[in-house]
Amino acid sequence: MNEEIIRFEHFGFQYRAQAEPTLYDIDLSVRKGEKLLICGPSGCGKSTLAHCINGLIPFSYPGESTGRLLVGGRETKEQGIFQIARTVGTVLQDPDGQFIGLTVAEDIAFALENDCVEEPALHERVAKAAGLVGVDRFLAHAPEDLSGGQKQRVSLAGILVDDVDVLLFDEPLANLDPATGKQAIELIDELQRETGAAVIIIEHRLEDVLHRHVDRVVLMGGGRILCDCPPDELLSGRLLSENGIREPLYLTALKYAGVEIRADKHPAMLTELCLTEEDKALVRAWFHSVPAAEVPPERPVQLEAESLRFAYANGHEALRELSLTVREGELTAIVGTNGAGKSTFSKLICGFETQQEGTLRFAGQDLKELSIKERADRIGYVMQNPNQMISQVMIYDEVALGLRTRGVSEEEIRPRVEETLKICGLWPFRSWPVSALSFGQKKRVTIASILVLRPQLIILDEPTAGQDYRHYTEIMEFLLELNRRGITVLMITHDMHLMLEYARRAAVFSDGRLIADADCAAVLTDAETVRRASLKETSLYLLAQRCGIDDGRAFVRRFIDYEREARGI
Amino acid sequence: MRNIFNYIDRPSPVHRLTGATKLVCLLLWSFASMLTYDTRLLALLMLLSIPLFALSKIRVRDVSFMLGFTAVFMVLNNVLVFAFSPQHGVSLYGTKHVLLSLGGSYEVTAEQLFYHLNLVLKYASSIPIVLLFVCTTNPSEFAASLNRVGVKYSVAYSVSLALRYIPDIQREYHEISQAQQARGVEMSKKQSLFKRLKSASAILIPLILSSMDRIEVISNAMELRGFGKNKKRSWYMARPFTGLDYAAMALCLALLLAALWLNHLNGGRFYNPFI
Amino acid sequence: MKKSPVVTIVAIGIGAALFFVLGRFVAIPSPVPNTNISTQYGLLAFMAALFGPLAGLLIGLIGHALIDFSYGWGIWWSWVIASAVFGGLVGLVARKIRLSDGEFGKKDLLAFVLAVVLGHAVAWFAIAPVLDIVIYAEPANKVFIQGLFAGAANIVTTLIIGLLLCYAYAAAKPKKGSLKEEK
Repeated sequence: MNEEIIRFEHFGFQYRAQAEPTLYDIDLSVRKGEKLLICGPSGCGKSTLAHCINGLIPFSYPGESTGRLLVGGRETKEQGIFQIARTVGTVLQDPDGQFIGLTVAEDIAFALENDCVEEPALHERVAKAAGLVGVDRFLAHAPEDLSGGQKQRVSLAGILVDDVDVLLFDEPLANLDPATGKQAIELIDELQRETGAAVIIIEHRLEDVLHRHVDRVVLMGGGRILCDCPPDELLSGRLLSENGIREPLYLTALKYAGVEIRADKHPAMLTELCLTEEDKALVRAWFHSVPAAEVPPERPVQLEAESLRFAYANGHEALRELSLTVREGELTAIVGTNGAGKSTFSKLICGFETQQEGTLRFAGQDLKELSIKERADRIGYVMQNPNQMISQVMIYDEVALGLRTRGVSEEEIRPRVEETLKICGLWPFRSWPVSALSFGQKKRVTIASILVLRPQLIILDEPTAGQDYRHYTEIMEFLLELNRRGITVLMITHDMHLMLEYARRAAVFSDGRLIADADCAAVLTDAETVRRASLKETSLYLLAQRCGIDDGRAFVRRFIDYEREARGI
Repeated sequence: MRNIFNYIDRPSPVHRLTGATKLVCLLLWSFASMLTYDTRLLALLMLLSIPLFALSKIRVRDVSFMLGFTAVFMVLNNVLVFAFSPQHGVSLYGTKHVLLSLGGSYEVTAEQLFYHLNLVLKYASSIPIVLLFVCTTNPSEFAASLNRVGVKYSVAYSVSLALRYIPDIQREYHEISQAQQARGVEMSKKQSLFKRLKSASAILIPLILSSMDRIEVISNAMELRGFGKNKKRSWYMARPFTGLDYAAMALCLALLLAALWLNHLNGGRFYNPFI
Repeated sequence: MKKSPVVTIVAIGIGAALFFVLGRFVAIPSPVPNTNISTQYGLLAFMAALFGPLAGLLIGLIGHALIDFSYGWGIWWSWVIASAVFGGLVGLVARKIRLSDGEFGKKDLLAFVLAVVLGHAVAWFAIAPVLDIVIYAEPANKVFIQGLFAGAANIVTTLIIGLLLCYAYAAAKPKKGSLKEEK
């Protein structure tokens, strides 16, 4: 067995500013060459655990610890953050926050520069690390010329310039599109084999990480380790769903069909999953038993985009000949890679930019006649990060802002704000400052501040980015509720589950054009669309194939219908 | 977005000079032009920048945008000086040759015109060299250069971080202001100043508070990769000095010494043709 | 917020970048030429109060120098130094304010106002015009009137924007146990 590199013994930690400990009685051991996935809902202590491993705790975030934590055989308390960094290399979640160099090469060189490494070793080691992760062609590029996936590779190269024993990844999939996320998991796997380092991945997207083999999964909840076992064991138990972690979709489907999941069937990876003929028959029987959902009647057209063409001042052509129709009361997802034109499209609708060619009509009226402010009375736009929208201290004032700038009287504002707060579930907090709310609640405040203007259509940019399953569900159920009240919803998203579960329809953008516009099952089972839009085929489709169901698309559709039925959508 | 600083990458001897050399030259040259009001030296400095521009393959077209700003600034400043102090030249040079009387104390004197000529030369002698520095110095090399001329590396790195995050913050400002405009926040001239400031803060507060969160993430990332570990650090973009570097620095030093020597010779900062 | 020397370095970098963006793109033109009603000093005062005099000084210095660089009119040292002095002075006078703990009471308000008024007065009524005279030999009445106007306008805008920022920041640090849900 390989040597032990990290060891927690009855370890506990409490931040100085907090009343309660964040970690309790942690026992955990990691050996060289092992691959670990740490998962758990928001607030379970997994980020704090990562901070303990890389030394940010206790050196940057002071607090009280109990028990022992050894990294590389010595207690972290007795080392400094720089010594620990020789053993543990960390890739943080935020791709822009950790890209500190002006160019790719400088960012990769950062750790070496701090170690006073001189020429020619400096350039050689940077070139080698860049080659390992495949960014050697971009050495002189600035971060704004890179995609999210490329930035992550640069960060990875930045820790590979040193020979570390542990590679620690904090939510590596959070900012990537599905196909890039898949490549990232593959790259991590290759690098581990090449370097022999231990790999620790902190992530709540279980199915995506299990795309490659993982030795152990550590499930955390309430600051404790609830389970530390091989993935097959964890997936065959009930612990995941009890703790707000989403299980892989194919397992959900198997459970609906009545198939028993046991560890010896290797449920962790679909490719290794053992299905008996009986199991397959159960799946087929379930497939045929679910009735196809009724297709809702067609409603009148609300938003109509015709041959839109738009290029930015720097010459970048963001939209070419884009046409799209949205009907009243729809809930539609807009998907595609970075730079496919999704955000530009929403900017044109809101009037932040003006198309060079083509027309946009809303409820029959040409939008060109309306100013940004007038459009906002009909079409609301919610930014991805609520912190970028909130400018008032109190929740009430934040929601009232749009009405006040429109010169509505205070007597009229009060009932409208109060009604909106009730719809958004913020009534109990009406006299609170915004800062006292959680991220998800802040998101609601920003949605409320748009809803108060009574738009007929709202556009949301990545409504669930960075949220764990529970908060994600909370936000989406809220949007569904709004949709039921008759508001049309357009979501721009990378998230396949989001699209599959909630959107009726997906519009797929690629390179400034609409390449597909169909129901989500059709989009996610079409290999060509999936490839061009950097999506990922859903595991349900592969499951259908394994069970001998020819019409995989119908199988995915049945699954969605069944889930919607179960949740009453 | 990085071309806010208008760096133009072309193969030229000036580009080949290290950033540190160009920074030292910029400082020496600026000090020379700041210290003296000797018309002859200022004119020489201005004329010298012409072959330097040719040498660095920077064309007037490349910098016309920046020259435009400067021209407006220079004209306005001259008008202001004349409006406030039409006799400034007389008090500086000690003689009075009236060329034209405009009524009241507003006279056009030879001394005043000569002073204005010097003021214009002051700009004309120092601005081209700043433009040249901006156009030929890779921003990536700037922090390393500051460190090389004696600025602490931590402070030098602050400058690098500022350059790194300006495009991000600019984009964020743009997005926030668009979203707030949709909510009716506007800064147009129609509104009173107080309202405009309140509108500005509706955009600035989210921008600045979310930047505060960013500070924490960036400092974590830097500490985890060993920033501040040693008293020194090396720089990926640093380059060794060559003969050309030493020659350039010697030339600029000579200009500064010339300025000091002329000040001594003139018995003050002004070259006075009137006595 | 975490405390470490690296935080100050990063705060200087981000502060200078913000100062640049505000100064370059959010300036409101004023009736007097060469002089803008600038929003960036509100930011500078806020950051100086939060991160201290050294950060204030360097944010002013770096941010203002970068603005001058980007316009290409040469570095107008007299005004760059005035910005730096303003940042440093605010940081010095306002160092008793415990903004990072989320406190901003009446006393803190007074200290902040005092810091801003003093900082701008020294920077624009003394430093900038004196340096203009020393370096550029400009006429005294012109530079002092210019400084007077710039300083007065800056005091007003800095107080409005700086105070709003301080309140918003302090409010964003919730005090535990002070809130109750209402039915």
